[in-house]
Amino acid sequence: MGINYFLILALLLFSIGVAGVLLRRNAIIVFMCIELMLNSVNLVFVSFSSYLGNSIGQIFVFFIMTVAAAEAAVGLAIIIALFRNKETINIDEINILKW
Amino acid sequence: MVNYFFLITLLPLIGFLVNGIFGYKIKNEKVAGIIGSGTILGSFIIALIAFFQLLGMPAEQRTITVTLFQWITAGSFNISAAYLIDPLSVVMSLIITGVGFLIHVYSIGYMHGDRGFARFFAFLNLFIFAMLNLVLGDNFLLMFLGWEGVGLCSYLLIGFWYEKKFTGDAANKAFWVNRIGDLGFMIAMFYILVNFGSLNFGAVFGAAGSSIAPGSTLITVITILLFVGATGKSAQIPLFIWLPDAMAGPTPVSALIHAATMVTAGVYMVARCSILFALAPFTMDLILAIGALTAFFAATIAVTQNDIKKILAYSTVSQLGFMFMALGAGAFSTGIFHVTTHAFFKALMFLGAGSVIHSMHEEQDVMNMGGLKNKMKVTFLTFLMGGIAISGIPPFSGFFSKDEILTNVYLSGNYLFFGLGVLTAFMTAFYIFRLIGLTFYGNPRYDEHKTHPHESPKVMTIPLIILAVLSVIGGFIGLPHIVGPNLIDHFLEPVFASARTILPVHHIEAGTEIMLIVISVFVAVVGIFLAYRAYAKAYKPEVSRNPVYNFVQNKYKVDEFYNAVIVTPLRMLSNLLYKFFDLIVIDGIVNGSGKFFTSLSGDWRKMQTGVIQDYAVISVAGIIAIIIFVLLVVK
Repeated sequence: MGINYFLILALLLFSIGVAGVLLRRNAIIVFMCIELMLNSVNLVFVSFSSYLGNSIGQIFVFFIMTVAAAEAAVGLAIIIALFRNKETINIDEINILKW
Repeated sequence: MVNYFFLITLLPLIGFLVNGIFGYKIKNEKVAGIIGSGTILGSFIIALIAFFQLLGMPAEQRTITVTLFQWITAGSFNISAAYLIDPLSVVMSLIITGVGFLIHVYSIGYMHGDRGFARFFAFLNLFIFAMLNLVLGDNFLLMFLGWEGVGLCSYLLIGFWYEKKFTGDAANKAFWVNRIGDLGFMIAMFYILVNFGSLNFGAVFGAAGSSIAPGSTLITVITILLFVGATGKSAQIPLFIWLPDAMAGPTPVSALIHAATMVTAGVYMVARCSILFALAPFTMDLILAIGALTAFFAATIAVTQNDIKKILAYSTVSQLGFMFMALGAGAFSTGIFHVTTHAFFKALMFLGAGSVIHSMHEEQDVMNMGGLKNKMKVTFLTFLMGGIAISGIPPFSGFFSKDEILTNVYLSGNYLFFGLGVLTAFMTAFYIFRLIGLTFYGNPRYDEHKTHPHESPKVMTIPLIILAVLSVIGGFIGLPHIVGPNLIDHFLEPVFASARTILPVHHIEAGTEIMLIVISVFVAVVGIFLAYRAYAKAYKPEVSRNPVYNFVQNKYKVDEFYNAVIVTPLRMLSNLLYKFFDLIVIDGIVNGSGKFFTSLSGDWRKMQTGVIQDYAVISVAGIIAIIIFVLLVVK
């Protein structure tokens, strides 16, 4: 199977992630979309690793997954704290840091 | 052998640090008092050792320099922290530590029960430290350090009871008036540094003696500026106004600082720089004139005052005038002699007054006293000794020094100032015996049911007795020529030797000397007699309607005059500067620049909406733009 199928799938996943971040209002969904973008990139790494017969890409993926896990913990904690303060996770309403 | 002389100043510093830092923990008054007085006693003993060591040396070589460390080095400019121990500084140190020690002991009784007890002793010790630096310093800068230090301590101690507003005001006034004089001193130091390249006494005086022509403009300017400094510290016209107000402080402070020691700093400084002053005849005449006028005017005010401490304060101003008369007439050692005797009898009288005030429950108006001589025998007798001494009745100490001053003024040929001096001597006897008459004789004018005057405790009366003995016999160190040797003059001679070679020499005939003695004794006796007749009986206070009397009693309205001429215009100027320069110019620049940038950013800042997705859209748009740019343009 050619590498193009994998790259097109990654592109689609990434675009879905960007669209979700830009369009959705629920902080949890925005957060999940960010994870989706990360994973699409992971897919690209793994594809090229297999295509080139080089394991460096796979090592990178492990790093990204580790960091993403830590990031998820921090991000979810922030969202919980936000919810306790404002009783909402609608990011349109969380806009007091402005001019 | 020589090196431990630095302990003279170090001991009071240690006392200050201990009482100052741990004072709040020392609950026992005796401990604080013993630390405070003990360190001064130690200094006194070391100063005595220094004195006897000097006596053991040949007269011309009586100088010991103790270099502690290099203080300031900048290029060729060099100042070391060094003490100069010579006859003049040893005499001053003995007065400061000796009289200071007695006053410390007295304070243990006087300040009993005050909640600032340890603080009081800390300040007193700091004062002694500063004053000793002033007299022992071997260059102008170290002297200036002490000079400013005593000013600071004076401020701290006048305002010691800071809960009362007028003590704070008096402290501020003393500080500011002294600053004016200090400015003169500082400018004089700059002149000396520029022209002589050094601030060291030896170097400056040596260069001045060999290279400066008598009466040149430079030396006249320098000496006048130095004298301005002296008028501030020693309360001479026109800067005397702070001293009477300084009486707001505790009475031992008045005795120590504002009578016996600090106010003589100006006299010491002029005497120390005798060679400079001797080279400037104009300044010498000025000093003589200012001294005589101050002595006279202060005495007239003292005659009219009713506050026991104010009378003594103006008396101090007047006696300081006498000292400056001596300096102006070229009799430097006589000036120092009067400093010595004055320290004895004025400290005695202030402490006596403190004893009276203490037993009268803080009453200071002599019109509300009277008849105390049987109730307070020791205070009365010792005060009487002081009174006789200051009036100039032989053989009490004040007679010898005052007579010597008048003799020197007479010999210098300024008969007008001699006349003023004699008149002042008369008034001195009068106002002191007016004070004694109103306080100790006559009928009690206080409420005898409420106030029960009693003798002070021994810790207060013993210093009084010692000072009284010194006031009686202290004059024998400076006998007139026809009677015997003038020991203090002889001892101080090496210090003033170079100045004396420049000044004209006066020889006195025995007949003239006897005549002058008769005159000065006569006016003193007349003054005492008149005061005794007027006040030493049942006395009824009355309000005077005589405008001249009231004018004098209001201190010639000098304070009001300074207020109108100096303080008010300055206030108006600063008000103008505040309203125009500060509010319009400065605030305009600051607020204007803020407004300028606010208006610049007015619309742009709306971009920052606070909504994260707006930022994300912009960021994605930016990435897309970069990709398009790379694809289309770079390729």
